[in-house]
Amino acid sequence: MLTALLVMTGIALVLGAALGYAAIRFKVEGDPLVEKIDAILPQTQCGQCGYPGCKPYAEAIAKGEAEINQCPPGGEEGIRKLADLLGREFKPLSEEHGVEKPKSVAVIDENTCIGCTLCIQACPVDAIVGAAKQMHTVVEPLCTGCELCVAPCPVDCITMEVVADTVQTWKWKYPVVEIREVS
Amino acid sequence: MIGRLFKFHGGIKPDAHKHESASVAIERAPLPSRLVVPLRQSTRASARCIVEVGQKVLKGQRIGEPEGMLGTAVHAPTSGTVIDFGRYTMAHASGLETRCVVIEPDGEERWVEHAAFDAERAGRDASLAWLRDCGLVGLGGATFPSHVKLGKGSGVDTLILNGAECEPWITCDDRLMRERADGILAGARILFRLIGARELVIGIEDNKPEAIAAMRAAAQRVDDPVRIQPVPSLYPAGGEKQLIRVLTGIEIPYGKLSADYAVQCFNVGTAYAVYRAIAHGEPVLSRIVTLTGNVARPGNWEVLIGTPIDELLPLAQPKADTNRYLMGGPMMGFALPRLDVPIVKGSNCIIASSPTLLPPPPPEQPCIRCGECARACPAELQPFELYWHSRARNFGKAQEYKLFDCIECGCCAYVCPSHIPLVDYFRFAKSEIWARERDNTAADQARERFEFRNYRQEREKEEKAAKLAAKAAETRAKLATDTTAVKAEASTATAEDPKKALIAAALARAQAQKASTEVRNTEDLSAETKADIAEIEARRKALNLTAAPPPALAPKAGDPRPDEAPAVEAEGSPQS
Repeated sequence: MLTALLVMTGIALVLGAALGYAAIRFKVEGDPLVEKIDAILPQTQCGQCGYPGCKPYAEAIAKGEAEINQCPPGGEEGIRKLADLLGREFKPLSEEHGVEKPKSVAVIDENTCIGCTLCIQACPVDAIVGAAKQMHTVVEPLCTGCELCVAPCPVDCITMEVVADTVQTWKWKYPVVEIREVS
Repeated sequence: MIGRLFKFHGGIKPDAHKHESASVAIERAPLPSRLVVPLRQSTRASARCIVEVGQKVLKGQRIGEPEGMLGTAVHAPTSGTVIDFGRYTMAHASGLETRCVVIEPDGEERWVEHAAFDAERAGRDASLAWLRDCGLVGLGGATFPSHVKLGKGSGVDTLILNGAECEPWITCDDRLMRERADGILAGARILFRLIGARELVIGIEDNKPEAIAAMRAAAQRVDDPVRIQPVPSLYPAGGEKQLIRVLTGIEIPYGKLSADYAVQCFNVGTAYAVYRAIAHGEPVLSRIVTLTGNVARPGNWEVLIGTPIDELLPLAQPKADTNRYLMGGPMMGFALPRLDVPIVKGSNCIIASSPTLLPPPPPEQPCIRCGECARACPAELQPFELYWHSRARNFGKAQEYKLFDCIECGCCAYVCPSHIPLVDYFRFAKSEIWARERDNTAADQARERFEFRNYRQEREKEEKAAKLAAKAAETRAKLATDTTAVKAEASTATAEDPKKALIAAALARAQAQKASTEVRNTEDLSAETKADIAEIEARRKALNLTAAPPPALAPKAGDPRPDEAPAVEAEGSPQS
């Protein structure tokens, strides 16, 4: 009886010590879930979700403060991926946060631009070059299409233009079955 | 020399249809009314235009400068005038446009000055650069730049020339080998030396006995110990990996290049173009194109790059019931989006198709998992599994089943009893995966830039605060030592409030400056103007304007800021 008790206590102590050591030794810095959510988000940094950037939104989702359907650039596919990752139910994109749009980039009408630098400060990814009283222009490959530069422009010279397919980005269409009329 | 042959998995034997066009000698196509030369010869790389509209160009003159790692030069195929530089439909399944130089030929075919290139004396790097500047790309259809493929110049033992030409209907390599075997061999020897190989093998499908005989005769004439090896006619024996497998038994795994296994493979057409480029200094200006299918006069023509296809077709006299045209072979080619697209370096064949000759595929039926596709697949994949996952847009799974090992040869779709367009599904899945990868890279880049911007803003804020603090401390120290500039009332304030002292000091300085302001450049003025100035000065004195200025104007640019509050505001101002 006593031997059994001692053995059980001994095992409990050893395992407890091992677990305690492992908890310190293999401690995970930061929340790995946030990283995973952030990897799914499109990184437009547009703030349409109501958070100042994709990372804060990811943190809010991880904490359970935000819904998964607040990201219009991520679209339906993004919501599905988030639902899969988090084991939540799929929800259609929340309308108050915006609608899914085709990928576009900001274009500055260089004749109208007065060089006020307001768009440069608004751009979350430093994709606009220019200086005070000098013409500004958007570095197209870096533009995420977040539209944050459109509102601050005092002369409304920024427009969003849908990115056209090029030979390099063109995609083969999903094969569709041709429906033919039966005579 | 007869070596042992190996087999690749699967493969099919479609009707070859080679005899239609193979029996006629290569003819030179007449000059078209205009040449539309795309600066982008393949999806891989583009060239930079170096001519202007209205400029006269000579045959062989460079019009496009190579750009990037995979870029090659583009040349004027004949002499004439550049009449346009704009966007024209490209010979690509998408039907999208690309920048092209349009040349109106003058019919004189005047060559730009060109001379043979001494590859032996110039060395390897110069030779590769020469090939790049001659616009040398793989003429088998993939248009991969040859100078890149020639690589390091060591570690390759076997050079293979690909004369298999396994796709049905196409005979351009067959005719080239029959008629220009000496040139091909000479080009092969140049490639052989550039790559530092030890063995040269030319693989030709055994349904081309004339080509094999011609190549053998040419080899005997120059006493070249080349191995000319007939290979069994089995589609796709002309695929690079398949031909290497048949000739050497080496199987190249996914993600590896043939050069990693000491083998390199070039098309016979490429070898001939290399010979022209080195021995004659001629860039790639034309290629052999097979015109066949539903036509009255099938055959091979030597066509200038940039010739619009609709100007080429009358040579072969298409029959009336032709409903569409394919570029490339019937297995891997694509339907031309328009007929005015130009011939590019990769266009080996144009097939006129009619509903009876190449009937549209019957409707797709459900997959019955018979496994025929897996038996036919030369890449040893399981196309039916790939099909499930591609169809369901389950791209991760499709990649697990090695979607990217698929060479899109079309064997699976050919044998499928349910007539499923398998390759279309694979192409769809591949381009979707590439698009996703591009999106991911862009997202990573955006994340990095966003994080760096946040970090930069923080740093700038700190730097600004530190700078202000340093400046304030400096002024305070100056005040403590330099007491004469400060009025009595200000100096009493210094003890209790350094900020007030700063304001007072600034005010004093501004006043001093204002008082010292004098009217300048008055020497040459007329007496009348001088009188005016005197009057104004008198009025100013009367109004006491030279005395205390309004406090708002006191601190001028460059003066120490009286308070830290405006400095923080300035953070948000554009100039900050």
